[in-house]
Amino acid sequence: MTESGDWLLRPRRKHQYRLRPVALLLVAVTAILFQIYVPLFFQYLSYLEMPLLVTVYFSLMRREPVAGVLIGASIGLVQDSLSHNPIGMFGIVKTLVGYFAGFVSQRFDVQNTGIRFLLGFFFFFFHQFFYWVLASALLGQTYGFDALQTLVFGLLNATVAVPLFHVLDKL
Amino acid sequence: MEIFFNRYRSLTVLLAALVAQLLLLAYQVKTNSDVRLIRVWAVTGVMPLARVVEAFRSNTTGFFSEYLVLLDVKEENKTLKSQLGSLKMENQFLKTELATADRARSLAAFQSRSPSRTIAARIIGTGTGANSKVVFLDRGSSAGVAKGMAVVTPDGIVGKVISSYPSASQVILITDPSFAAGVISQKSRVHGTLKGQGHSICLIEYIQNEEQVAAGEWFYTSGDDRVFPKGLPVGQVKIVRPGKMFFKEVFLVPSGLQQGLEEVLVVLEGVHQTIPDSQETPQTLHLLPAPPADPNAADPQGVLSGNLSTEADQMLEKYRRTGEAQGHVFGKAGNKPPNFNVPDPAAVKPPDPKPAVPTQPTNR
Repeated sequence: MTESGDWLLRPRRKHQYRLRPVALLLVAVTAILFQIYVPLFFQYLSYLEMPLLVTVYFSLMRREPVAGVLIGASIGLVQDSLSHNPIGMFGIVKTLVGYFAGFVSQRFDVQNTGIRFLLGFFFFFFHQFFYWVLASALLGQTYGFDALQTLVFGLLNATVAVPLFHVLDKL
Repeated sequence: MEIFFNRYRSLTVLLAALVAQLLLLAYQVKTNSDVRLIRVWAVTGVMPLARVVEAFRSNTTGFFSEYLVLLDVKEENKTLKSQLGSLKMENQFLKTELATADRARSLAAFQSRSPSRTIAARIIGTGTGANSKVVFLDRGSSAGVAKGMAVVTPDGIVGKVISSYPSASQVILITDPSFAAGVISQKSRVHGTLKGQGHSICLIEYIQNEEQVAAGEWFYTSGDDRVFPKGLPVGQVKIVRPGKMFFKEVFLVPSGLQQGLEEVLVVLEGVHQTIPDSQETPQTLHLLPAPPADPNAADPQGVLSGNLSTEADQMLEKYRRTGEAQGHVFGKAGNKPPNFNVPDPAAVKPPDPKPAVPTQPTNR
């Protein structure tokens, strides 16, 4: 790796991102509220995984896998409670997302827009695919996995993630 | 041990979180039960916020839209066009009001007409997850809504309640892949099982290839599932094709979801109804009267004259005549069988040819 390419792999700030717990709670609840309310009027927005984007953001900015695990598990379990599937499906997937996001944040500059876009895309695809694997393996649900559609939605989610993360930076 | 946990702290926490959730999941799947407490907390915490947002939206939409329209009108023309804009807005507002009133009236009319006891509810949220076909209603167990109750509109069935909380309830829509309901066709009363597909078209399973179902045919609830009362409209068949195994592939467009979902009825006490008869009007077929018999025409087999045509018919007729000539009554028990070897009475004296009678025109 050359010196010039290191800036992408080096975290820009060594200190952890400090977010007030109240703000974290409000943002998480708003993301969940967005997911359950907005698709009533704009159905195409149901593919916007706001709780996932919020999980990724907080896990990236906390720069600690343990925090990512706790944030992912909490948001996932609340999301599970509002779905009709057994509790734990979103919890497990978002726990893993939170962990990996926290892990990745220690090696990349997560304030770089390109990195954020790529991570948003990657974690959306990972989230959808792993949820499908869990639903098939643990619950015996047999709906197919549409990889192309997931890729497109991943790009859309990543596109939304960039400005959303920028707004959350201001909190 | 402590050094190990400190060194692999994040991995340990991850594994602990995963194992705990897997155990929770396994418990729910194995016992087929739900961790109700967590759901009650989440629903009670989130749904009141959704209700507040919905109330805020419905109350402010009219105000803001009117305000924006008036701003546009100001820019264009402050006199006539402002009046026109106001009238247009008012018209739009009244139309919306009318539509809402129509919807409410049709819901109320259906509610009063239906023998089932129902309660009106409003949809205040959807379920989480991209593929989710779940909605939340603003009526819960405190209003008498319980798990397993049917949710309908005057146009058709919508779904069923899968969880009921004090202030809200969760409804799985008929388009969800895990939804199933017993249905019956209107014309030929063919039974099947309706299953959601995750999109706007549903599939009806277990209809054998030999059974008659046509595109455009209506399906109604059969009441077999003990959730939906019999006789509620489900939808209209869009595509029918023979399946690969024994069953047809019947795709149906659900009628309950076509007008959009805003207000629904929860069936508190269902009463089975009869399936309405098909509205299809019978097509009349005009037939001309039969042509008059031609006395000069050769009719060796007696087709036109109404006489017997095939050899088997002629033989049967010969046996009948022979039996009658011997006083035998066919079909009577204890009768002595006739002697069919005696000469045919008709051979001695041929019967008079039957004159052809023109038939009246019939409508079928």
